[in-house]
Amino acid sequence: MTSTFTSRHTGRIVWAAAIVLALLLPELVASKTALTKMCLIGITIVFALSYNVLLGQTGLLSFGHAVYFGLSGFTAIHLINLIGQHQLPIPVLLVPLFAGITGAFFGLLFGVLSTRRHGTAFAMISLAIAELVAASSLILESFFGGESGITTDRSNGPAFFGIDLASQLQVYYLIVGWGVLSAIAMYAYTRTPLGRMAAAVRDNPERAEFIGYSSRMVRLLSFIISAFFAGIAGGLAAINYEIMTATNLSTAASGSVLIMVYIGGAGFFYGPIIGAILISLIQLSLSDITPAWLLYLGLLFVVTVLFAPAGIAGLVERHIPPLRAGMLHRLIPPYLLSGGAGLVFAAGVIALLEMNYHITLNAHEGPLLGLFWMKVDTGQPMAWVAAIIVTLVGFYLFRRTWPIVANAWNDLDSRQPGDLR
Amino acid sequence: MATSVAPLLCCYAWTKTLLEQLAISTLNGVIYGMLLFMLASGLTLIFGMMGVLNLAHAAMYMLGAYLGYQISKTLGFLPALILAPLALGIGGALLERYGLRRVHQHGHVSELLFTFGIAFMIQEAVQMIWGRIGVPYRIPSALDFPLFRLFSTPYPAYRIFVLLLAIAIFFGLFAALSRTRIGLIIRAALTHPGMVSMLGHDVPRVFMLVFGAGAGLAGLAGVIGGPIFVTSPSMAGALGAILFTVVVIGGLGSLPGALLASLLVGLVQTFAVVIDVSLDDVFKIAGFTAASTGVFSDIRHTTVAQIAPILPYLMLLVMLVVRPRGLFGSRDV
Amino acid sequence: MTQPALVLADLRKDFGKASIIRGVSLSVTAGERHAIIGPNGAGKSTLFHLISGRFPPSGGTVSLHGRDITRRSPFAINRQGLARSFQVSNLFPRLSVAENIRCAVLWSSGHRYCFWRWADNLADVSARVEDVLAQIGLKQRRDVLAGVLTYAEQRALEIGIAIAGGADVVLLDEPTAGMSRSETSRAIELIREVTVGKTLVMVEHDMSVVFDLADRISVLVYGEIIATGTAAEIKASKAVQEAYLGTVETDD
Ligand SMILES: Nc1ncnc2c1ncn2[C@@H]1O[C@H](COP(=O)(O)OP(=O)(O)OP(=O)(O)O)[C@@H](O)[C@H]1O
Ligand SMILES: [Mg+2]
Repeated sequence: MTSTFTSRHTGRIVWAAAIVLALLLPELVASKTALTKMCLIGITIVFALSYNVLLGQTGLLSFGHAVYFGLSGFTAIHLINLIGQHQLPIPVLLVPLFAGITGAFFGLLFGVLSTRRHGTAFAMISLAIAELVAASSLILESFFGGESGITTDRSNGPAFFGIDLASQLQVYYLIVGWGVLSAIAMYAYTRTPLGRMAAAVRDNPERAEFIGYSSRMVRLLSFIISAFFAGIAGGLAAINYEIMTATNLSTAASGSVLIMVYIGGAGFFYGPIIGAILISLIQLSLSDITPAWLLYLGLLFVVTVLFAPAGIAGLVERHIPPLRAGMLHRLIPPYLLSGGAGLVFAAGVIALLEMNYHITLNAHEGPLLGLFWMKVDTGQPMAWVAAIIVTLVGFYLFRRTWPIVANAWNDLDSRQPGDLR
Repeated sequence: MATSVAPLLCCYAWTKTLLEQLAISTLNGVIYGMLLFMLASGLTLIFGMMGVLNLAHAAMYMLGAYLGYQISKTLGFLPALILAPLALGIGGALLERYGLRRVHQHGHVSELLFTFGIAFMIQEAVQMIWGRIGVPYRIPSALDFPLFRLFSTPYPAYRIFVLLLAIAIFFGLFAALSRTRIGLIIRAALTHPGMVSMLGHDVPRVFMLVFGAGAGLAGLAGVIGGPIFVTSPSMAGALGAILFTVVVIGGLGSLPGALLASLLVGLVQTFAVVIDVSLDDVFKIAGFTAASTGVFSDIRHTTVAQIAPILPYLMLLVMLVVRPRGLFGSRDV
Repeated sequence: MTQPALVLADLRKDFGKASIIRGVSLSVTAGERHAIIGPNGAGKSTLFHLISGRFPPSGGTVSLHGRDITRRSPFAINRQGLARSFQVSNLFPRLSVAENIRCAVLWSSGHRYCFWRWADNLADVSARVEDVLAQIGLKQRRDVLAGVLTYAEQRALEIGIAIAGGADVVLLDEPTAGMSRSETSRAIELIREVTVGKTLVMVEHDMSVVFDLADRISVLVYGEIIATGTAAEIKASKAVQEAYLGTVETDD
């Protein structure tokens, strides 16, 4: 990985702080809904990190990663049920490990089919496999439970040193435990010989073959490792939700993890973590506020692909050299200027979209729409004219102010050539 | 009626229904296949020339259907037939000019991600504007009459109209590719994609045109296909993989390949949904009954009609793994 | 007589109807420095691709230390002790210089597909990486991404990757292409140094370099070897003068 998270020292401190924070979080925010959300985010982080073993590290774009999450999750539900019926003498705590092994098994199975190729062909194969599995899951009802899915009760198993997983708090710590272990293992993987070669194969699969490595084998092993950790995430999800349905392995679920990882920044180890937290929070908060939140997510994704292909983590990394050089303050005025213009533009776009949705979806509620802090009458042409004007003005201002930001960067780069790039 | 001819009559009737079903399914399959071709032709040209697999192609088809519905409702079907594809064509060209071209420098994976994002947004936008359940896009009344009878079943004129239009498009495309200067550049770009930049400075414009034309064709397919199939937000998701199957089977950038593959996939899909046979039925005919439970019984009771939606994915997978250059292609996907 | 390290027997390659390599036979002795010269488009790079397994030949055989390696995959051939560089730099652009070399060392040090040890803590690998970095003169640039190196640095890294694995037969495809005079002479010194005790097969356009460095020279024209011999023999050969050297003087 090309991660250059400042010096090793700072990096370790940040990681340690993050883990301590994860452990203390239930003390800091005591509400029950917050705890539920934190569980979801923890699982999502593991899943996103596992996806990045493919995308960021090995350079494989998969449209079917939820297959490994889902298949392992279903298996985990069946395992927990068996434990509940005293047919399987393992603690529920260890179910994620077995879910991971299930994931690795399917990773091997489908990886053999798909890792011969990379790039677009690999992406197409992953899509075909995802659709096949999703469609088959509806046919094989006795394992997948059809439309309604299958359920379990995690607390049916025997308690393990007093841990019976009856409370959400115990589940949270279970997720943190497995999550931290998995994250450390996945980070370690990037530093092993195979992990390094995965990055080499990502960069130049052809040349890797001339230094002794079979690119296909490197891809396959990476694929299996990635599926293993996706399986752990699936196992955690099975314990947490006590239900698995076909949507868990659908292509929509696969697309969602792809979007998270990419927005967070696939080129850096911590990128997917940022993406998972951010997108989960957006999902949890925005989905109540606006029905259009998925559209905004799509918009954010496309903007990222177009203008910040290294994602949020890439933007962060870009600012570290000027920060170290003590010149970050030079960027603040241009950022405020251009950011203000950008906000005006965004407000105009949001107003237009929301007004549009209001008249098509909520017409029965009358023409009034609560937008930002205002009440907007969508029946008034003036409201539309105003929104369009705000959008156009915002766009114009943004186009005018962006060069100021670009100039500021050029200025910084020329002061310390090489160091800032 | 005399009792002695009853079995004979019954046999005759049975053969007649079979033939009738065969004929209707074939015709339906061909029409479906021609619609697929309209979509796949653009997709395969774009893929073959620029190496970009447009994941938003099926979403553009869906958008075409919805725009067709909206415009027919207010202005009529004929304006819809022209305006909706035009809008999509222009939209597609702009998408290429200001989106794809920008991410091109970051490689094919970025291009793929970009089209994925566009598909995602179209999907959400359509659901938000027109709702999650679909719209009553009906056959235009001027074409809503039975044209002829196939055995005893009246065959709708609209479907024949779709067939004729698709055939016209097919010949139009061929003429454009073989007779025009742009067609020449396109063909050169298909055979030597790596050397495309040496062909002259207007190559980026050709890319934009091809992308726009592909989007326009997808829109047209949506406008005319919408009334036959259900116009709903789920119409794109299912179609995407079917189109990729067609492109892969037909071979990268090969229009004749795309035509044959479209017809093949169209017919397979159409016939599969009418075959109501499961493994269990086969076992019974073979004379033994298996009494398994669980997943195996699920598999045994699954009919061919039920797995019809999976068939394209299966075909795509087999093709990509076993013969990635397709039946008619010269290069691997 | 020492055993030949690399033997090509009647090697052929057709692209469609075009016959690019038309029956090349060549034997390179172990420890020899062998240069292949020839006009542009003669098929020199294609010949290297055939030897190293990038393309399968249309006919003929390649053997390395007496073992048949025809139609083997590039990694299998590399594991038998043959490494190569490319005419157009073919690096790992998003890895640092040191990581480029480290990757090239891993397999031959026996670490293969290992995912249970830290790559940075492998003493044998690190020592070898330092050696190679020092040899190719990129110690100062070790943490720079390969993609942003200067052209000459990329060429040096290209050679470094080829020799890092310790293969005893090394193919270098125009290692000095596009370099200035002084860069070329430094690159030649480097090549001389890093290939001590190895078998070297090298494509090179610069005649002074070729005559200076190579023990033997083969002249490839239109997919056929028209002469093989020492510098003196090649200079004296009538066929070569007619077919190749003559055209160089007028062309260049
Ligand atoms: N993949 C290919 N398909 C078709 N023709 C090819 C292919 N690769 C090379 N050729 C042709 O083979 C001939 C020899 O190419 P090659 O690159 O081996 O020449 P070369 O001797 O290395 O030339 P140079 O000195 O320019 O490097 C050229 O005419 C080239 O066009
Ligand atoms: Mg060459």
